[in-house]
Amino acid sequence: MSASITIRDVGKRYRSSQGEVVALAATSLTVQPGEFMCIVGPSGCGKSTLLRMLAGIGSYDEGTIQLGNGTDPPRTAMVFQEYALFPWRTVLDNVAFGLEMRNVGHKERQTIALDYLNKVGLTRFAAAYPHQLSGGMKQRVAIARALANQPEILLMDEPFAALDAQTRHLMQEELLRIWEAERKTVVYITHAMEEAVLLGDCVALMTARPGRIKTVYPIALPRPRHLALRTTLAFNELVQTIWNDLVDEVNASRDQEWGDASRLAEAASPPHGEKES
Amino acid sequence: MKQTKPGGGQTESLYRLLSIASPLFFLLLWEGAVRLGWLDYRFFPPPSTVLTYFVRLLFSGELWNHLSISLLRILAGFALGTLPAVILGLLMGWFRLFHALFDPLVAATYPVPKIALLPLFLIWFGLGETTKIATIAVAVFFVVLITTVNGVRQIDPVLIEAGQSYGARGWRLFQKVILPATLPAIFTGLRLGLGVALLVIVGAEFVASNRGIGYLIWISWSTLAVNKMYVGLITISLLGLLSTWGLEQLRRRLMPWAEDFHGPR
Repeated sequence: MSASITIRDVGKRYRSSQGEVVALAATSLTVQPGEFMCIVGPSGCGKSTLLRMLAGIGSYDEGTIQLGNGTDPPRTAMVFQEYALFPWRTVLDNVAFGLEMRNVGHKERQTIALDYLNKVGLTRFAAAYPHQLSGGMKQRVAIARALANQPEILLMDEPFAALDAQTRHLMQEELLRIWEAERKTVVYITHAMEEAVLLGDCVALMTARPGRIKTVYPIALPRPRHLALRTTLAFNELVQTIWNDLVDEVNASRDQEWGDASRLAEAASPPHGEKES
Repeated sequence: MKQTKPGGGQTESLYRLLSIASPLFFLLLWEGAVRLGWLDYRFFPPPSTVLTYFVRLLFSGELWNHLSISLLRILAGFALGTLPAVILGLLMGWFRLFHALFDPLVAATYPVPKIALLPLFLIWFGLGETTKIATIAVAVFFVVLITTVNGVRQIDPVLIEAGQSYGARGWRLFQKVILPATLPAIFTGLRLGLGVALLVIVGAEFVASNRGIGYLIWISWSTLAVNKMYVGLITISLLGLLSTWGLEQLRRRLMPWAEDFHGPR
């Protein structure tokens, strides 16, 4: 019920007003079946781009991505930071969306959807519409929608980044509980170091643009894990180690942004005759 | 007044009362001003007189004679304009090919005030109903087309990504994501289209008709029957109100998921 992921030398370029930008360069990463892989990196490093490729909604220019054994492509399901629930569907119909797209019969998909809605504690809201829910509830519906699709690979793009700190902690705990019961292969994008170490079996660190995988840290902390883990020495040492590694990349990324900004400013300001200096 | 929640029950009912009271107050002011001789009753007949005329025209069948033909023209024109507009709008919004093909044409023809096409349609279709219906249809078409195209183009891309990531492609993506996501914009288009239809029908009936509410207003001017003119004006405003209300009911029926529309705070 869970599949491996092999990313080999994947590259992606896109055109912008300043010419060609290399978003990803020779990115390689292997995720074992049933492994919880967290990817952290500075903003703009191409984490989300990579995840969208795995979801089959983003193209790449070089390299190969192999999901599963390569013969029968495994099912994936994605959880978006912006929830991406369909406002015109009830909570239950949102959860059943993936099943509907796979032509599962109406009765069966209702049963499965209700089951997963129950797993995230929202059975009472089956008939509600997304706009009636809070952010945390919306993201729980989105998680239920992903799980109800019975994916072999679960893709999560900063799913809790838009939530307040308390809700985020509750959701992390809930995700750990659900994942430990199902043990799907998970690729989880985040920019929060603590979150990556708390959830992941491995934490892969990406470089500033052009993004590639810099280091993969195994997280040998015991499971089942709970929020209390965050206060242990081992946890904090891991966070610190990864942070030290990341900080160079964050600085590099910030310099890039400054560079981009000053180039834009140059382009926007009218030419002042001859070049100074 | 103690008020913890903005828009709480008490303020809400106060606002509702004000909304009803203010037009009534205005009518009273008008009535009083005419009776006191501050306003000339020949140009500003008091509301009570207008009401009497309204009832008289209603029961004589004269009002219905004009109203029925205007309604028919609006309904036919509205339907004929809306349907192709929604279809072409969805195609232009979703497929770059259709956008590339039709956008220049739309951009070039949209700025023409549609009532200006009336003489052309008179040449093409003569003085019959076709001319009036065609003018309304064209006017409604453009408004609905442009709101629909924008509606498709402004769909949150993450909704499309979500649909695709769960395996919705091609027709199913269109049917399950694009169409429902565009529905609110289509309704906005219908609402605007209705306003345009009323505008155009009155204009068309001014010059190219011997029946209809527009004709009633125009002929009242030429015969200086100011009371009748007011009846015509009131009828057209009631028509606008009722049709907007009907559309709103339809919207709520079709889109129970849309967040309820609250007026300005």
